[in-house]
Amino acid sequence: MSDHVNAEQLWSKPPVIENRWLRWGITLVVLVYAFFAIRSFEIDIPRIIIGLDRGYDMLLAFLRPDFVARQTHIVRGVLESVAMTATATLLGGILSIPLSFGAARNLSPLPVYLVCRSILMIVRSLHVVVLAILFVVMVGFGPFAGAVTLGFNSIGFLGKLLAEDIENTNEESMEAVRATGGSWLQVVIYAVWPQVVTRFIGLSIYRLDINFRQSTVIGLVGAGGIGAVLDTAMGRYDYNTAAAILIVIIAIVLAGEYVSSSIRRRLT
Amino acid sequence: MPVVQKDGVSNWIRRDPKDSMRNYLKWLGGAIVVLIAARYIGAQTIWGFVLDAPAQAADFVSRSVPPDITYFRRVLPALWDTVNIAVFGTAGAVVVAIPTALLAARNTTPHSSLRALALTIIVVSRSVNSLIWALLIVQVVGPGLFAGVLAIGIRSVGMISKLMYESIEEINREPIEAISATGAGRTQVFLYGYVPQLLPVFVGVTVYRWEVNIRESTIIGIVGGGGVGFLLNSAINRLAWDQALVVLIAILATVVLAESISAKVRAAVT
Amino acid sequence: MLEISGLVKRYPSGPQALRGVDLTVKTGELVALIGTSGAGKSTLVRCINRLVEPTEGKIRLDGTELTALDHRELRHARRNMGMIFQEYALVDRLSVMENVLSGRLGYVGVWKSAMRRFPPEDVRRALELLERVGLREYVDTRADQLSGGQRQRVGIARALEQQPALLLVDEPTSSLDPKTARQIMRLIVELVKERGLSMLINIHDVNLATMFTERIVGLQDGKIVFEGTPEELNEEALTKIYGEEDWHAESRSAQAETADNGNGEKSDEHVPLNTAEPGR
Repeated sequence: MSDHVNAEQLWSKPPVIENRWLRWGITLVVLVYAFFAIRSFEIDIPRIIIGLDRGYDMLLAFLRPDFVARQTHIVRGVLESVAMTATATLLGGILSIPLSFGAARNLSPLPVYLVCRSILMIVRSLHVVVLAILFVVMVGFGPFAGAVTLGFNSIGFLGKLLAEDIENTNEESMEAVRATGGSWLQVVIYAVWPQVVTRFIGLSIYRLDINFRQSTVIGLVGAGGIGAVLDTAMGRYDYNTAAAILIVIIAIVLAGEYVSSSIRRRLT
Repeated sequence: MPVVQKDGVSNWIRRDPKDSMRNYLKWLGGAIVVLIAARYIGAQTIWGFVLDAPAQAADFVSRSVPPDITYFRRVLPALWDTVNIAVFGTAGAVVVAIPTALLAARNTTPHSSLRALALTIIVVSRSVNSLIWALLIVQVVGPGLFAGVLAIGIRSVGMISKLMYESIEEINREPIEAISATGAGRTQVFLYGYVPQLLPVFVGVTVYRWEVNIRESTIIGIVGGGGVGFLLNSAINRLAWDQALVVLIAILATVVLAESISAKVRAAVT
Repeated sequence: MLEISGLVKRYPSGPQALRGVDLTVKTGELVALIGTSGAGKSTLVRCINRLVEPTEGKIRLDGTELTALDHRELRHARRNMGMIFQEYALVDRLSVMENVLSGRLGYVGVWKSAMRRFPPEDVRRALELLERVGLREYVDTRADQLSGGQRQRVGIARALEQQPALLLVDEPTSSLDPKTARQIMRLIVELVKERGLSMLINIHDVNLATMFTERIVGLQDGKIVFEGTPEELNEEALTKIYGEEDWHAESRSAQAETADNGNGEKSDEHVPLNTAEPGR
């Protein structure tokens, strides 16, 4: 034992946080938080025991997914999701271009920049499901609300990333076009756009992939697509169909991810 | 070949006819797909509602100001639940994700069949959105905080372990060789070679996921997962837009705060 | 004494890296391996402590047949072989001290090493070594905050912290600038001689090899094509190892450098410059 003391006098590993008060303070805060947080969990054990039966049913159902009983609904749901994804990506892609030019500090005057940035920030800060709820109330249930939701969400994503790319473009080539007497539009077309177009297409394809994933959830709040079909199946406790839908979702998401990443790899 | 010879004179065009045809067809194909999709969606749309949308939106806005500040009294406890869902969901997910990632990484997996199992878990977990997980779980454990924690946790297992196992596979091999060359045992190689290299990545991934989970837990209440999402949904259903606005502001503030904490922590660990 | 006989290494994909190597390193002897990249130098060094598993052949260290050991026995055998790496192979996020102490992992239990509780004599030796390589004040600095030369010094300290009988050195200087490279070589050779260790060093810089070692082994396409003293390494020998080229300058400067003691080099870090006389 005395050996250890001896060794520690020679050298011991310095603590991660040097200040002793800070170290113990952080530990204390974490413990107090954990105590109160765990206390606020109300785990209803009897309810869970009842639910476990249902969980077991669900598990059994997942071993026997039923693709046939509600086949037409599943097919329609998938098509709806695909349709929403395609239109939303196009819509979002087109609208994000002017916004991103406006939100790039090296192309736009300050007022335009600030307006565009704040539009992008607000759109990005709203979760896609919140957006979906709002649009469903505004335009009614169905895939139209879904397409608009995804389109909006895409604008935030594409606009911000594209604006960052534009800000990172080579300043010299812009100067070169300006030096030949080119107008603002010519600078954009000849110097900026060629530098960002590949990235933009890559991002759009990536966004296509994300839009499909999201199209599977917004149906839960009434915005159409395969999510709505899943919601119905769960509402009827039809777990075999729900299992089939989940498998379909997983398969399409995986396929989408594979296709999108292989296209993006070829682009660069 | 953009330079073409015509009547003995060299000319430059941007694309030769074949190229330009292919390009045209690509765009045409895309346009047709989108048109069909748009028609499909349009056929299921009640245009009366859509035309009414701007008026509706104006109505929401006018009804939502001034926001009903007193509603904060209900929002704050729900916000506390939301944060707890994210914290405990993430923590639980990390506990499961670390072994899963070690099994899934090519260089640490004990056997290829375990690797396949781990990869399947990862794929299933992350291909299904947490809201869908919540929909399933609520039917088993009942609505509430616990369902939310499980849903967020299950989804995060896949997300976290994917990033983790990729970082394990990209680890710098040389220090590990050096530690093995000293005669260290397997556990010691892990502790001295792997852990120091992976720890900062793992902390970064976890904190990032926590940030994402804060966002997700703000809405998980919509399907019964507990937290502030439930209030948002009920306020909108009651058309109480002044209360909905309060919830939205609270969500926004929480998300922005979580984002800045996450960014600070991640900057500190690298 | 290290005895290698009939060593063959075939990688599952790709060419045969070693085609029957026989080599002996006597106790206290310093042997340099030279050759083009891809000649199998690195594979040969790594076969000895079985970081690379040899395909055929025998390797004996002080009577122990290394190729026949199981996992546990191999770990014990590895404690006797220190290794210094080209890219230093430090664990970047550990401190200098932790890196040096990791040389003792073969001797310390899992739990104690996890808690960083090393026996006092290990810590004392580590401190002495850090003093010796000029890094005493960097004990708790993270390894990734050091310069290349400093990092290699930590690598050297780690290898010697093991108290090995044999030092395996894999291109210790090729990531360093010429001046630091010499300082590092001098330091390694001094430490090895002080402790009477054997050393097998794989090095592509012919000048450094002739300056600092006693015996030179030329490897070409997985086979030994030259073995001799630095003086015997003439143009003909170089052509055998590296192929046809004008070697006049190389062999002449090699001879000139053998006489050079590296005077006039002022080190940026305090390295003892005293006994830099290259052996022959």
